[in-house]
Order: sequence, then structure tokens, then C-alpha cells
Amino acid sequence: MAKKIEGSPGYAPGTRVSTKDIVENKISYTWWEPEIQYSWSLGQAMSKFLVGLKNGKILGRTCIKCDRVLVPPRMFCEHCYGPTDNWIELKDTGTIETFSISYLDSDARRIKKPILIGVISIDGASPLHGFMHYFGEMTKDEIHIGMKVKAVWKSPREREGAITDIKYFKPLKGGGKK
Amino acid sequence: MSRKVCVIGIGHTDFNSITPDVEWKELMYESCQKAYVDAGVDPRRDVDSFITCAEDYLEGFSIFDEFVPDQIGAVLRPCCTVCGDGLYGLGTAYMQIKTGLMDVVSIESHSKISDLLTMGDILLHAFDPIFERPVTGPVERPWYGGSPEYPKEDPKPLVGSTKEKQRVHPYFLAGMEMQNYLSTTGTTEEECAEVVVKNKMNAFFNPLADYEAKISVENVMGSEYLFSPLKKLDISPNVDGAITFVLADERTARDLGADPIYLSGFGWSSETPWLSTRGMFADYATKASQMAYKMAGITSPRKQIDVVEVDDRFSYKELQHLEAIGIARPGEAGQMLMEGELARDGTIPTNMSGGSLGIGNCFEATGMQKALEIITQLRGHAAKRQVSDAKVGLAQAWRGIPSGSGAVAIFERGGA
Repeated sequence: MAKKIEGSPGYAPGTRVSTKDIVENKISYTWWEPEIQYSWSLGQAMSKFLVGLKNGKILGRTCIKCDRVLVPPRMFCEHCYGPTDNWIELKDTGTIETFSISYLDSDARRIKKPILIGVISIDGASPLHGFMHYFGEMTKDEIHIGMKVKAVWKSPREREGAITDIKYFKPLKGGGKK
Repeated sequence: MSRKVCVIGIGHTDFNSITPDVEWKELMYESCQKAYVDAGVDPRRDVDSFITCAEDYLEGFSIFDEFVPDQIGAVLRPCCTVCGDGLYGLGTAYMQIKTGLMDVVSIESHSKISDLLTMGDILLHAFDPIFERPVTGPVERPWYGGSPEYPKEDPKPLVGSTKEKQRVHPYFLAGMEMQNYLSTTGTTEEECAEVVVKNKMNAFFNPLADYEAKISVENVMGSEYLFSPLKKLDISPNVDGAITFVLADERTARDLGADPIYLSGFGWSSETPWLSTRGMFADYATKASQMAYKMAGITSPRKQIDVVEVDDRFSYKELQHLEAIGIARPGEAGQMLMEGELARDGTIPTNMSGGSLGIGNCFEATGMQKALEIITQLRGHAAKRQVSDAKVGLAQAWRGIPSGSGAVAIFERGGA
């Protein structure tokens, strides 16, 4: 057993394999790249929700039995397992439930400007109903749990019926202070 | 340990070649809610454990099990996903109930294969990466431009490197197996074509089926060769749909006033993945059936079983599977078919549902589709395709290309 390297999960010190080694055929390896493509049907609830976003609106579904407003909307309530009842238009404001300041990309490379990302409870929906999104027009020192925020939308021409039709959430006027 | 396990509820959606109107969650919700209503249970109160069967690559989600609780009624309840055919979920449920850990368990499996645009490559991805994938077509080597040693441009291509991506469709494996089956058993392509004719005709009497057709052997024989000796009509087309069962122990079933169908035998088995080594006679089905027969006390399957559903995703598979599970002797199934013994009024009615050839390939829900038909038959609810006096039925599942795995379930009507 080799000596453990401080800060490394492995136990194998030595010379790392470089791209050059691979290209120059110095090591034996195999490679296969599948062609993987999906095109998911959105279904009843998501279709209407995304059309709502395209029109600059956040839509929810009510469950009368459980007295809940579900965002994002679903055609069934996971609490009572009954079908949901009505469509409802909500405000584009909400509260930051939690967040993280992310310094790495998905390949663990450091990114220059940290990404502020978190979940928002949308005003008018049931507690903890909302979605995950970016935050902007605030610094990593200003962002905090409980911060009131408002959606910043793309222009109607740019919107395509996607969650990214909202560019990010910014501090609601007067809601940016800790 | 002597608890008996029975099916007390079944639910299913329609089966359609495409389902753009619903997402996969809504498809699952429909079949589950129907099964819960059929069983007379409230999933939020009465169901102790929830099982789904799905393959991440077919769904297009990593860790698919995280996405299922809402639509099956399982939020914050015992829930798991079995990566395999629906019948494996049935076996898992059986064990949970048999051991006394759970009283009521639901099992769901579905196909939303119309969401997957590159099915061929996904199935090739299940081939061995060193020995098999490279001989299914050109292998594109990685592009190194942008890496630290080659920041500007791609180094010169490696030996064997190509940008081409044309690969052979993985169903050629079935063509290879059929070739071997025909030459070894003396079964003919025409006999396999008769399977297609029978099953597509049966499908007219099953409102679920999406690929019913009134055709003759000439139509099948005249359809184009895709993976010789497999022809286009020998291959089941894809379909979307969801199926859910509710299982319970006998006592709970009685308390719920259910009309129980007993799961009296269950078995499963897996072959080695080496294509060159593994058998060509569906040994996985033989082993699985022997285990199930032993459990159910069946010594003479052909005499003791009234109705059979076997995997027929390729026409020859129906005959091969019938021989593998001991309903027919090797090479005999084709002849039995020609003599009408696999028809509704024959000695061993087979794939009365229309099978995968008549309903469509339900992927991971295929075994559940077979079991669904057996439950329907044993309940006496099969209308025009009802087999008279059906008391014992067998459902057999195969996991499909390129697998050599499968399961067998035996069901009995109460008092049988």
C-alpha cells in the first residue's frame, strides 16, 4: 500500500497520465461515445407552466383538499394523491429559502465570478413552493436566507417558454438588507 | 412464513406509439391511481411499500428512483426502484410480503420510450466496451483540442479514429439468435411468421393493444429483411404505457374484500454476458421457470397451466421461450402453433393479449404486460379473448436486447 497523499481520496502516488500519453498511444485504453438524445413530453402541468413563463407569468395549481398552492404546478397532489383543482397566477416575487455561493464548474474547475444559486418560495404559494434559480444584482456578502427577491425577466421577444425566461432574481426594493 | 401473496389490484394506461399529451409522471399517476381504486386502497394510508422498475438510460435521468415518489403516492414512505423488468419488482414485492415485513405493496413499471430519440445507441451502450461495441461500427476517438498539452487544435487523428458515427442497430443480436434457433431446431421462418399473424389477430380483442392487424404469413414473409432472418414484421414496434399492481397478503386481501389472484410461484435467472459463451436457447427462462414451478408445485407445466404469456418481442422468441419453460419440447413449439394448440381454444393458449407483437414493446413494463393479461384472464375479465375455465397462468419476462436475464411468475385463481 502506497503512502496516503494529504488531501487526496486515493492511495496511489505516481505519475499522472497526461493527454499527451493518450494521444501518443503510450497507454492502452478504450473509448466509446454513445449518441444520447431525449425529447421529453412536458405533459399537462409543465406545458401550461412554461407557456405562462413565456407570457411573463408564474402559474400554480391549487389542491382544495389540502389547501395548498403548488409551484411548479402538478396535475396531482403528492400529499393527498388526488388530482389538483385550479390554475392560479402568482406574483413574481418571493423569499430566498437557502442558497449557495458556487466557485466550481461541473468539471471542478474554478470559475472567476462565483455563481449565486438557491431556492425561492414564491409569494402566494404554499410554504416551500417555488423553484431553484440564479440570483443577481447582489453580492455574495449581501445574499441571505429570508431575503425578499423579484424575478428579472428576459424581454418578451427573447422568452421561449423555459425556466430561463427568468434571468435571475434580484433583491426586492428594500429587501436587500440583512 | 406461510403467508400467501396475492394480486388485489391492477391498473394501466392505454398503450400508444406516442404519448405527447402527457409526461411520464402523469402516465405513471394514471396507472397507479387505477390500481389503487381497483384494490380499494388509499396509497397514502394503506400501501406499506412502493416499488418501481425502470432503467435510467431509457428514462433519461440519472438516479431515476428520486423522481418517482410523488406520482405513485410514496412521498416519505418506503420506496425503491428496481433496475430491471417489472416482473423483478413483482418478485421484490412478493418477498417483502412473504417475510411479513409489509402487508400491501405496489409495483409500477412503464415505457415512455417515445421520449428517447437514440434507442439504438442506448442499447449498444449495454454491449461490452472492449470486445463488442467496437465491432458494431466506427469508434470516434476523443477530441483533445483545448486540453493543456494541445491548447489550440486537435492533434492528428489516431489509428482507427473517425468522425463517422454509422453503427449497426443492436437488434442484429436477435437476428443472430434466430439464425441459430432455426438451424438447431428445424423451426422455419414461416412458423415464426405464424406467431406474428396469431398475435396481431389476438390484439383485435384486446382494447389495450396498439398494433393489431389482420395479416397473413405472406405479409410477414414479404416484409423486408432487417436483421436476416428477422424481417420487419417479426419485430415488435415500440409503445408507451404504464402498468401498476397492488399485492397483499391473503388476510389483508380478505379484509379489503378483494378478489385475490395468488402469486404461487416466482423465479428469475441471469446468463453470462459473454455473447460467444452463453446459450442460444433462453436458458435464463428455463432456470427461472424451474424455480417458479418448484415453488408452485407444478410438475407437468403443459397439463397444469391453462394460459401462458411469454416474451415475444421478436417472433421466434415466443417459440423459443415456450420450449425453454418446458411447455413444448425443443423444436416442437412451431408445430404446436401450426396445429392450433396455442390458440384460445387450443391446449395451451399463448399470448392471448396480442403479446408484444400486437400490443407493442413496452420495454421494462413488458413482463408486467404479460402478468396483467394473466390476472385479467384468471379474473375472467378478458371478454372476447377469455380462455374458458382459466385457473392457473404463467407470465414470462425477458429483459430484452442484449440481455440474457428473465423471470417467470405463476398465478392461480383462488380455490384453484
